[in-house]
Amino acid sequence: MSTLPPPVRRIAVNRQPHVAAPSAGNGSPTAAPSPTAPRGRIVEPTLTPAIERMRLESVSLAYGDRWVVRDVSLPVRRGEVLALIGASGSGKTTLLRSLNRLTEITAGAGRAGRITLDGEEIHEIEVNALRRRVTMVFQQPNPFPMSIFENVAYALREQIDTRPLRRRRRARKGRLEPAVREALRRAGLHEEVADDLDRPALSLSGGQQQRLCIARALAADPEVLLLDEPCSALDPISTAVIEELIVHLRESVAIVIVTHNLQQAQRVADHVAFMHLGELVEYGPAEQVFGEPRQQRTRDYIGGAFG
Amino acid sequence: MSASAQPAPPAIVRPRRESTASWPLIDRLAYGLCWAVGIGLCVVAVGIVVFMFIKGISALRLSLFVESPSQGVLREKHSGGFLDPLIGTFIVTAIGIAIALPAGVGIAVWLVEYGRPRWLMRTVESAIEMIAGIPSIVLALFGLLLFARPLFALLSGSTSTGGVLGQSFFNAGIVMAVLALPLIVGATREALLQLPARTREASFALGKTRATTTRRVLLPSIRPGIASGTVLGMGRIIGDTAIILILLGTLKLEGTGGAPLLSTLRGTGSTLTYYIYYYAPTGDGNSPQKAYAAGFVLLMMVLALNALVTRLSRGRAA
Repeated sequence: MSTLPPPVRRIAVNRQPHVAAPSAGNGSPTAAPSPTAPRGRIVEPTLTPAIERMRLESVSLAYGDRWVVRDVSLPVRRGEVLALIGASGSGKTTLLRSLNRLTEITAGAGRAGRITLDGEEIHEIEVNALRRRVTMVFQQPNPFPMSIFENVAYALREQIDTRPLRRRRRARKGRLEPAVREALRRAGLHEEVADDLDRPALSLSGGQQQRLCIARALAADPEVLLLDEPCSALDPISTAVIEELIVHLRESVAIVIVTHNLQQAQRVADHVAFMHLGELVEYGPAEQVFGEPRQQRTRDYIGGAFG
Repeated sequence: MSASAQPAPPAIVRPRRESTASWPLIDRLAYGLCWAVGIGLCVVAVGIVVFMFIKGISALRLSLFVESPSQGVLREKHSGGFLDPLIGTFIVTAIGIAIALPAGVGIAVWLVEYGRPRWLMRTVESAIEMIAGIPSIVLALFGLLLFARPLFALLSGSTSTGGVLGQSFFNAGIVMAVLALPLIVGATREALLQLPARTREASFALGKTRATTTRRVLLPSIRPGIASGTVLGMGRIIGDTAIILILLGTLKLEGTGGAPLLSTLRGTGSTLTYYIYYYAPTGDGNSPQKAYAAGFVLLMMVLALNALVTRLSRGRAA
């Protein structure tokens, strides 16, 4: 497997027949994978040139007076998947959470260095506006205990709607439905749930719940999508479906994924950043990092010497 | 027979129950005592229900539910029913819950989701615990002193000398709200604390404020918890006698005059607990049969509420 150079991606499982088919006339690169594609097909979509969305410059992160990330500089580009790999405690999840300032929920979190989104320092952006532009999917599928529709619509709703409640209720569903369905389509879940969007989200399978969370994260049309080990709680088939989805989504949104699974990083990533004990050890194109790592520590990690 | 083709299942080995024969005598005694008190408790519980059932059913008439009580009648036959106390129970519970529910949920949300500064949160927590420990008759006494001030004249009628009476459904309901508040705060707080952190994170990660998260995600998720707290509060209100004794204190509904509903709410009356107190064999009413019947109805109401709590909290676990 390690000899396969990304972006050659082989997902060697049966394709799920329930993955959304591209709707008629939908030739855009965001289309979900075709259900008729032969098993094990090499997915190699034509790439739009990568556009830099976020930039980290000498970023260090601390909880209290303990530094968990030291001096990391990275670009985050649309059109590619950036995978953060490294052993537990290497600071990769903290780094990911700092990109939409979710670290700030934890008391005592601090940061040095610059993180910019489209050239603007993220501390200058209002935090909730930032989190709508840089959304996140977590390790555990965490849909809200509401209907499928409401889960996605929740992300779309404005914070403040001053219209009377009754009129809002009536307007709501009709106005939001196209956007909700579009988000579900992008997340490859629409086909499976199209008939009954009012079903409780918690009645879905784990893999479906995670795709619902992706749909929810995509609903507000963010610039960057952060994925924190999105498949670690899922079975292999659901994992494969989501990995394909990630590869297709990178055309329209910059993706950063934290993963413990090196095979997964190889399958989905264009660039890989290897972190160890809070430091960025190596960053480069995936085929280089996995094929000919420059650093001894990277070689050891990929070779399974530690972690 | 296809069944015979299958191999016999292996014999299941179950561990034998531990024998107490090897225990020291003191432990065996204590063990036996634990059994005894457990069974004794069941006997007491069943005894109360059966006793009230027998006493109550024999005294219960349908007419009791639709007739007002008439005081000062020596013959039990003519002392009427408990319509007024029944209505009074509903009014007091409704007022109490209408105040305690929003206030309790608000306090719990503040405690769990905001709670800054820390010392203020601890102070509020201790205050809630303190209120939970105050005997209801002390609360009632305090309520009477407070509500008999001219400032609260709107809430109750006036005495013959023109002072504020201080006794009314409004006042009793407000003090009942204080009684129910700790239960609602406690249940809501527990439910909020049990919500996993990732539910909140998921909402924050979508760019939602803490307020939106609370209103749209947290409160809908803990509805069963809030409901069971509310039902517990209701049970507490329905069962309380001291507050009624001090802050209502007339057997029949007695309005203050004026607009019909307002007149009743500003006026006095009673609840089933007061009715039982009045007609109990040691009371002034001289109609113990009525007390048994009312006691039975009250017991049924509280048991039904308890069953509802059990159901609601099971719904939460699922």
